[in-house]
Order: sequence, then C-alpha cells, then structure tokens
Amino acid sequence: MTAPTAALPGVATTLTPERIEERLRVRFPDVTIRRQTGEAVRDHTLYVPADQLVEICTFLRDDPELDFAMLSWIAGVDYLPRDPRFEVVYGLLSLARNARVNLKVALGEEHPRVPSVTGVWPTADWHERETYDFYGIEFSGHPALTRILLPEDWVGWPLRKDSPLGYEEVAFTHNTPGRTVPDPKLKKLAPKKVKYRAH
Amino acid sequence: MTLNMGPQHPSTHGVLRVALELDGETVVDARSMIGYLHTGMEKQAEYKTYTQSIPQTDRMDYLSPMSNNLALCLAAEKLLGIEAPARTQAIRVLLTELTRISAHCVWLGTHALDIGAMTVFFYCFREREKVLSIYEHVCGARMTASYIRVGGLAMDIPAGFLDRCQKFVDEMPAHVDEYEKLLSKNPIWLARTQGVAQLAQKDAIGLGATGPVLRGSGVKWDLRKNQPYCGYDEYDFEVPVGVSGGDAYDRYMVRVQEMRQATKIAHQAIAKIRAMGEKGDYRLRDYKYVLPPKEDVKTSMEALIHHFKIVAHGFFPPVGEAYQAIEAPKGELGFYFVSDGTPRPWRMKVRSPSFVHLQTLPSMIRGRLVADVITAIGSIDIVLGEVDR
Repeated sequence: MTAPTAALPGVATTLTPERIEERLRVRFPDVTIRRQTGEAVRDHTLYVPADQLVEICTFLRDDPELDFAMLSWIAGVDYLPRDPRFEVVYGLLSLARNARVNLKVALGEEHPRVPSVTGVWPTADWHERETYDFYGIEFSGHPALTRILLPEDWVGWPLRKDSPLGYEEVAFTHNTPGRTVPDPKLKKLAPKKVKYRAH
Repeated sequence: MTLNMGPQHPSTHGVLRVALELDGETVVDARSMIGYLHTGMEKQAEYKTYTQSIPQTDRMDYLSPMSNNLALCLAAEKLLGIEAPARTQAIRVLLTELTRISAHCVWLGTHALDIGAMTVFFYCFREREKVLSIYEHVCGARMTASYIRVGGLAMDIPAGFLDRCQKFVDEMPAHVDEYEKLLSKNPIWLARTQGVAQLAQKDAIGLGATGPVLRGSGVKWDLRKNQPYCGYDEYDFEVPVGVSGGDAYDRYMVRVQEMRQATKIAHQAIAKIRAMGEKGDYRLRDYKYVLPPKEDVKTSMEALIHHFKIVAHGFFPPVGEAYQAIEAPKGELGFYFVSDGTPRPWRMKVRSPSFVHLQTLPSMIRGRLVADVITAIGSIDIVLGEVDR
C-alpha cells in the first residue's frame, strides 16, 4: 500500500458526500441506499441493507477514488420502541481523500444480526465484540464473538434501553419510593439479573 | 506454554491482562483481556445531561483530561451547531497542547522505566508536575479538570496564568533535550527499541491505528492538520513521522518531536490570547446553551431565567446526531452523540484511541521475545481507563 498522499495542510477534501453516494449507486444499482436526512444530522450518513454490507464496504475500501482504508469506529444504537429497533453505525475514514462517511444498518428486534466486516477491516474485531457485548447484536462471520468489556458470565445486554442503569441496593430503599422504579414508558423492564462470579 | 501477564503486572500500565502463547521464550500469539476498569460511562451518559458527562471524561484517559473534555464539548457543539469564540478556542488549544506535553512526559517516563532507564522517569515527572500545577492554577483541580465546557470554558483564565504558561513553554525545549540526551543515542535504549514491535503501514491502517502509532508507521495523518478544529489551521507546526518502518523507536521519536511541536503551538496560542486580551470572552453569549455570567444573573431577569433553565434541565439540542474527533495525545478521540431532542443524549459513543491501539499488540509481538512485549505495550501508549471506559 502506498502512503496516503493527502496530508497537505489546509487542503479541503475533494471527495464530496454526493460523489460517494453517486459512486455507490453506479456500482450497486439494485441496492437501496438511503441518505439520512434530518434537522441536525451533522455527518453524511447512508443507510445500507445488511445483506449487502460486506460488498459495499469492500467497494468503499478498494475503489481508488473513494479509498476508505480505515474503519474508525462502530457503534450500536437502540431506538426502543421504534421499529426497526437497532442500528449499527460504521464510521469510515479515507486517509487519502481526507473524507468521512457513516454507514448505517437498521436491524429488527428479533435476533438482530449483521454480517461481520472483520474481513474488510481487521480493526472491526473489537468494535464488533463491544457492540455485541452492549447490545447483543450478532455479527455473523466474526472469528470469535465473545464479550469483551463485561465478564463472560454477565446476563443481559446493558446498553439496551430496557436494561436499567445498575444500582446497588441500599438499606431502607423502600423508604424512598421511585428510587429504583425505572421509566414507566419503557415496557419489558425487569431488574437486571447480575450473576457474580465466585472467585 | 501459556503465560499469563497481568492484570496486576506493573508494566501493563493499569489492569491489562495478556495471555501469551509461548514457544520457549518466543511469543506465538497473544490475547488481550480487558474490561477490568469498565465503568459503563456510555450507559451513564444516557442518564446525564451533556454537561454532567464532562467530569466522566476526565476519568477516561486520566493523563489528558483537557483533551477528553474538549472532544466531548466539540461534539456537543457540532450537534448544537454553535462555535465558541476565537479567544476561547486559543485557550483550548493552549491547554490541550500542554496536556499533550504532560501526557507524553508520563508516557516517556513510564515507558523508559519499563525497559530499564530509570532516570528519565524522574525528569519527566518533574515537568508533568508543572503542567498539573498549571491545571490547578486555571481550574483548581490537578487531574480532573472539567474546565472546558460546551460553548466555552468554565471560567476565565486567572491573572498571571499566561506568564506562567509562557515560562513553562520557554523552558520545555531544554527539558526535551535532556530526555533525548538520556535516550536517543543510548545503546541500551536503541537495542531495546530499534526494530522491535514493528507495525507495518498496511497493518496500522487496517487495524485503525491513529495518532503517534500511525505516524510512527510513516503515515502523515494528523487531525489537527487534516480536519482542523479550534482554529488549528492558523497555527504553524510540523507533523513528525517515523522513518524506520514503524518500530518502537519510531514511535518514541514521533512523540518526542511532538512535544517540541506542542511547545511551538503553545507559544503561538499564548501570543494569540494576549492579542485578544488577558481577560475577555471565555464562552459563547448564547444563553440558550451556555450559562450567563454570574453578575448578570444577579441583576437581569432574563439571565436568571436562562441560568435556572440550564441548571435545572440542561440545554435542548435538536434531534439529530454528530460525530466529532480530535487529535488527543494518544490518537483520534471521538464522540458520537445521538440526540432525541431532550437534554440527555440518547446515545453517547466514545471512540477511544487506546481501545483501538491495543488491538495492534498481537501483530507487533508475534515471533518476538517476551521482553519485547513490555516494549510493545509501552510504545503504543495505552491508558486502561480509556480502553475500558
């Protein structure tokens, strides 16, 4: 791989978001690629279907004009009670073109599953494990999808919106009603069962 | 043989556990196990206002609190669509560059200590202590600063602060010379770092390395130059890169030169602040998002209402999302906010450089000796507080 050439100071990116979208549409004419619009969507964000994700990512990485050689981050988001409930966001960075683009995959509530991009960017390994750890989103094709930050025997997916913020039970909690009651708007709330390991 | 290193090993810089697959003394494979310092900051942020999350960030990379504060505030500002005044930006630049010097001092001291050079540690911590005193002068806290706020700063810089920074910045290049005198041509240092823990450019990019690790592998990429924030495009500085294939010595050289560049930027920032006044704007005057001055709160009804609203609820960002990254001492530190229009973020994601960099460890040490593992861990400069968040 040759060294990225763009490290010139103050040079604005030559790659416009429109151009990225156009390149993708030419290459994948049958795939629905939707641009996220909104009052304050500050980054260029494209929704892509989960089944085409790996092909799209490979193209974004290998296309000489786009050259998204780096995957910067992956984040899961839980939009409970919306349907589709989950989103996985991929933050892509092109060193050579000095551009960023976010890809989004929307996932339903039952068995959220998305193909792994570890084959495209090796860095996705830990990011995907983290997303799995927090949201229970499965990345099919991941070499070793296990918990990363939480203990292996942790029960539940802590960053889901129906997982309450943990608390420690203190004496006389019953005297302060509402203290441990979670938001009534969120259904399916049950206190999280945490199994502690006996060392 | 499997050898367990950590989590209480002194050279793992915190609580990192590495399981090494060994063949004799040669490392066949390595697996890092993390999470011992996980505190659920991302979950907690969903229950806090944006401002309330700032003290959390101090505890992430606890060696560079100001950079963490800045990353969160810039992301929130991007979401809100506001920008802090120029004088504020210059103060932010000054403080984050001092942070870079102090973070690199800690890195150099501990890294050198790990591979046998003890003296450097005392020299480095002497200068770090000065930066901590500067923090104390400006915000009252030595490590948990929480000084940079959304839309500006917590308070204006105190009297005599710029002179103090100037004095430090003037002295610093001579101190960097001292460190270099101790290490750069030291045969033991060269033997322990040159050609050790190499990270090829291709691997560095594929593994998502940023900051000094990526630059050590020869890629000229610095967010301060390439995607400037806080007016970094107005400062004159160089981006050092590694020249010998991305080994531990390259990363050492990059960081040492970065300390010199940081003093250069800090010089310019001080001059900028002086030109704009020793006292002046230190936060935005948009009181929908920023606290009004205390004097106004006591005299003006509107200011009192704004004060009350912001303290009681926090500010209300529009529905949307934003990702903003800065060049923290360790690499690209980014915050991704999803807002549902309430004063609490729907989602806060932290893209921490240490977490990503730790993944590069196995590719650095495969086929090397156990002693090189120490060099590798030291040279990628991780802080476990940031890895685990």
